[in-house]
Amino acid sequence: MPYVSLILGRVFKAVIVLLAILVFNFFLIHAAPGDPAAVMAGEAGATDQQFLEDLRERFGLDQSLPVQLWRYMSGVLQLDFGYSYRQQMPVLDLILDRLPATLLLTGAAFVISLAFGILAGTLAAMRAKRPSGSVIMGLSLLFYATPLYWVAMMAVLVFSVMLDWLPAYGYSTVGAGYTGLTHVGDVAVHLILPALTLGLFFMAVYTRMTRTSMLSVSQQDFVKTARAKGLAPGVIQRRHILRNALLPIITLAGLQAGQMVGGAVLTETVFAWPGIGRLMYEALMQRDYNLLLGIFFFCALLVILFNMLTDVIYRLADPRIKEAT
Amino acid sequence: MSFCKRFAQNRGALVGLVILGLVVLLALLAPFLYPDSPWRMVQRPFLAPGEVSGFWLGTDVMGRDVAAGLAHGAWVSLLIGLISTVVALAIGVPLGALAGYFGGRIDDALMRFTEFFQTIPNFALAIVLVAIMEPSTFSIVLAIAIVSWPPVARLVRGEFLSIKHREYVEAARLVGQTHRDIIIKQILPNTMSPVIVLASLMVATAILLESSLSFLGLGDPDTMSWGYMIGAARTVMRQAWWLSVIPGVAILLTVLALNLVGEGLDDALNPQLARAR
Amino acid sequence: MSEPLRHSGEPLSHSGESLLRIERLSLALPEGADRRYAVDDVSYDLGAGEILCIVGESGSGKSMTANAVMGLLPTGVHASQGRALFDGQDLLAMNEISHRALRGRRIGMIFQEPMTALNPLMRVGEQIAEVFEAHGLLTAKARKERALALLEEVRLPNPQAALRAYPFELSGGQRQRVMIAMALALEPELLVADEPTTALDVTTQAQILHLVKDLQQRRGMAVMFITHDFGVVAEIADRVCVMREGKIVEMGSAREVLDSPQHEYTRALIEAIPGDAVPPSRDEAPAKPLLAVKGLDKVYRSSGGWFQPKREVVALDTIDFTLDKGETLGVVGESGSGKSTLGRCIVGLNTPDSGEIRLNGVDLRALEGRELREHRRRIQMVFQDPYASLNPRIRVGMAIAQGPIANGVNKAQAMKQARDLLATVGLDASAAERYPHEFSGGQRQRIGIARALALNPELIVADEAVSALDVSIQAQVLKLLDDLKKELDLSLLFITHDLRVAAQICDRLIVMQKGKIVEHGSARQIFLSPQHAYTRELLAAIPGRAPHAEPTEAVAI
Repeated sequence: MPYVSLILGRVFKAVIVLLAILVFNFFLIHAAPGDPAAVMAGEAGATDQQFLEDLRERFGLDQSLPVQLWRYMSGVLQLDFGYSYRQQMPVLDLILDRLPATLLLTGAAFVISLAFGILAGTLAAMRAKRPSGSVIMGLSLLFYATPLYWVAMMAVLVFSVMLDWLPAYGYSTVGAGYTGLTHVGDVAVHLILPALTLGLFFMAVYTRMTRTSMLSVSQQDFVKTARAKGLAPGVIQRRHILRNALLPIITLAGLQAGQMVGGAVLTETVFAWPGIGRLMYEALMQRDYNLLLGIFFFCALLVILFNMLTDVIYRLADPRIKEAT
Repeated sequence: MSFCKRFAQNRGALVGLVILGLVVLLALLAPFLYPDSPWRMVQRPFLAPGEVSGFWLGTDVMGRDVAAGLAHGAWVSLLIGLISTVVALAIGVPLGALAGYFGGRIDDALMRFTEFFQTIPNFALAIVLVAIMEPSTFSIVLAIAIVSWPPVARLVRGEFLSIKHREYVEAARLVGQTHRDIIIKQILPNTMSPVIVLASLMVATAILLESSLSFLGLGDPDTMSWGYMIGAARTVMRQAWWLSVIPGVAILLTVLALNLVGEGLDDALNPQLARAR
Repeated sequence: MSEPLRHSGEPLSHSGESLLRIERLSLALPEGADRRYAVDDVSYDLGAGEILCIVGESGSGKSMTANAVMGLLPTGVHASQGRALFDGQDLLAMNEISHRALRGRRIGMIFQEPMTALNPLMRVGEQIAEVFEAHGLLTAKARKERALALLEEVRLPNPQAALRAYPFELSGGQRQRVMIAMALALEPELLVADEPTTALDVTTQAQILHLVKDLQQRRGMAVMFITHDFGVVAEIADRVCVMREGKIVEMGSAREVLDSPQHEYTRALIEAIPGDAVPPSRDEAPAKPLLAVKGLDKVYRSSGGWFQPKREVVALDTIDFTLDKGETLGVVGESGSGKSTLGRCIVGLNTPDSGEIRLNGVDLRALEGRELREHRRRIQMVFQDPYASLNPRIRVGMAIAQGPIANGVNKAQAMKQARDLLATVGLDASAAERYPHEFSGGQRQRIGIARALALNPELIVADEAVSALDVSIQAQVLKLLDDLKKELDLSLLFITHDLRVAAQICDRLIVMQKGKIVEHGSARQIFLSPQHAYTRELLAAIPGRAPHAEPTEAVAI
């Protein structure tokens, strides 16, 4: 029972946040300078009177604000995100078409950054007073301070242009027509650079956090207890220190998910990766605001789902939470 | 040990301070070194660094002086980083203080509000805000501030929560000090060291955000910025690598310096923590 | 067991019998510490099957030797001379791997803070089984069975359930039993106990002391028991070693040291806690009630959130009492008894759910705004923690003057008054210009008292005001409070968990348990003929109350 009520509570909270984002989107359109219909249609639509009329009709732009809000919200709740005039397709179709590529990219980057970040952070904590620990921390600071898109460009410059090891852009080799395993391999090769460059920044974040967390846990009394038992240092590090140190990392990973979606916009732009980040860039270039807001909403949805997932993981990892709720 | 002495013990922080000082100097001297607009075409395009004397960093696709862009970009980066951090602090500190001090419903309401902003993907929100408000220095500062205040509010709230039950605060309540005095005189000064450290890191993040927005073409069209320079060089990376490498290194160094200074401040302001590390 | 010898520095010379021999040990502190050595040229012996109490106040270095023996010295501290011979092997010269093989197996250790000494994410059973695993003993199944047997041996209620419990599901006393079970798992010859009962309630402390003594006798193990409390020494020790500022000031059998301490420091420590103190009878002056509390209720409710149940804890349950002018009323109880909530409700830091608090006949709860402030001013508080009760960024003089300033006194006058008050509490008036971190715990507590006095209160509520201080300082602060009370015609509500402290200062006592007053009366009457079973239990649990009787008799379970 506690699990059911817990999950219900989470879902309820998520729905509230999503509704709030819709309201936010709505007011954003109205806050923008100019005719809201023209804003939604983007620059190009402004010349097409028929399209503008359609928009006015659909959102009831001649009506009062609450009515407009209601129409907009009920439209979205029926999965109607409107029409992208520029791309001549419904916004939802455009997004769903691009979503898998983004999930693949961010998923891969997430796993890479978390795994290597925790590993590097653990090493750095265990060697806190030795040069190797300082080297890890120096590198992580470097990655932390480097603009994501610039790392991506430098990676292209070095690994594609100069060394010609990896493809510089795209999701798969155009026109090759690979199928089956060859296709999977092709995509994987294309994925390496984008996923690594996107993951690098987050890896630095996790490295630093893991190290700090482990060093602070290692000061705690129960670590002394473990040493008094005569446990080997490796066991103490793994079973006592790391396990406790990972709790704040789970929370952090949940929070970083939102940043990762944002980072995907930059990475996908540089690598011409056909995901929703790239779509967002295209929408920006074409001033296709309706599409932009739809993508924004989807990004938020992804982040909320991910936050719920980390919440559940946290509860599984920390026995104290079950009791507290 | 004094603050300065502890700060100076961190060699990285000193290096950071020197780099930061150079960047500030460059920004301040930009109008004197390169009094002309950095947008002006001054030579033929694609000059490599050192190819023609007087243009020691070369020229870009439009024949503009890269060195001039770099100097003026330093000014823009620092200014936007600083102002947006100040704005974010101005939002986050009072919200966090009120939420932490009064607790209860006020806390609930303010924290839901904060969580809302923290849940929304940061960079995506910044993009949407700048795009819809039209790119300008004002909209960029506002967008960066809006996406960066939630951590400040959470930090300040956490500090207030832990400090408001300290006995000295309770003693102040007992002698009849007003809530305003307790917040401003008793608690706020004791929350400042972590806020200062966070602020120095926020300036760094703001510079990265600004450069990312400019890279996507969302920079203020009237000001030259490092992100814009990289964005403009993206399509010509194969012909002129230096056009993207030079401003990238500038961003990297500035952000790195701010982070190093932040770490040094952290060590100097929280000596107990530093020793534990 | 060896015959007790009186020494002050030289090791005992009964060769072959000592299990642990500390020889001329010095432990150097890192540079910049307030002294060079944590432990300076210390020697003592611990025979097999003997309980040696190392006694000292904070900063005496009493725990450091134990840490050196365990190989758990904090970073920066190292042995600069001497040896620590365990069964003939020098622990200090030993490599880490051989030392580790001894830890847990032949030397067990328990710590002060049971709340943090267990890994919060591991089940109790796993943590005990880990001891066997660390030394490569037994199969997984056998480890579990031994863990269960150990939990039974340390008399944990429902050991089966405890095996599967996480630490947060156990109380402090239960966790300390788990720690003991863990330390004893491999039947070590030496148990190092570092203040293992300091963080516990007095009745729990009595039980744990009894358990340690009982296990020690059954297993014939040696115990190095570190404590600051001579009451505990009287309960448990065979021999005593008194330390001060890193040096041994006195050593000998428990009885000799307790009955006829040679060193003046030892005498002062023993006198500071009269073992079988009975409060003197005090004159019954004609009673003028100052504070009358009637029907006070307070329930703490945790708001459960949308889908979660709420929880309620009754902190105060229809509390009635009066406090007369010029009287010191003690409120005694263990943690969770509601004694602190009572104090906080009276000063106005907490709001009771219902009931009356009358000061000079005026119900404070019916007042508002300016009037309330005027009356509140007359009740001030002295807090527990000398380190948290002063704002680190506000000068001492200002900290004291803040109250009068907030109440409309001009700044110059308030500062002058603050300097006078500092003199009143026995500090130099120049202290006003300094920051709190420049003062010791006892001095800070004096500053806290001066701050409470600044508004000319009629009643001072002292919430565990001396609990965080060393006993020698405790006595001074208690005396100051008592003197000020008489001098300034104050009344005192003295909240404490420590009956020994209450005996020294209180005229009357209230004994609280689970939010209720279970007994009240004159302090003398309560000490001599307690009526309620809980009061009797509390009194019996005072460590060392009857130091001349056999220690085990003094412990009632």
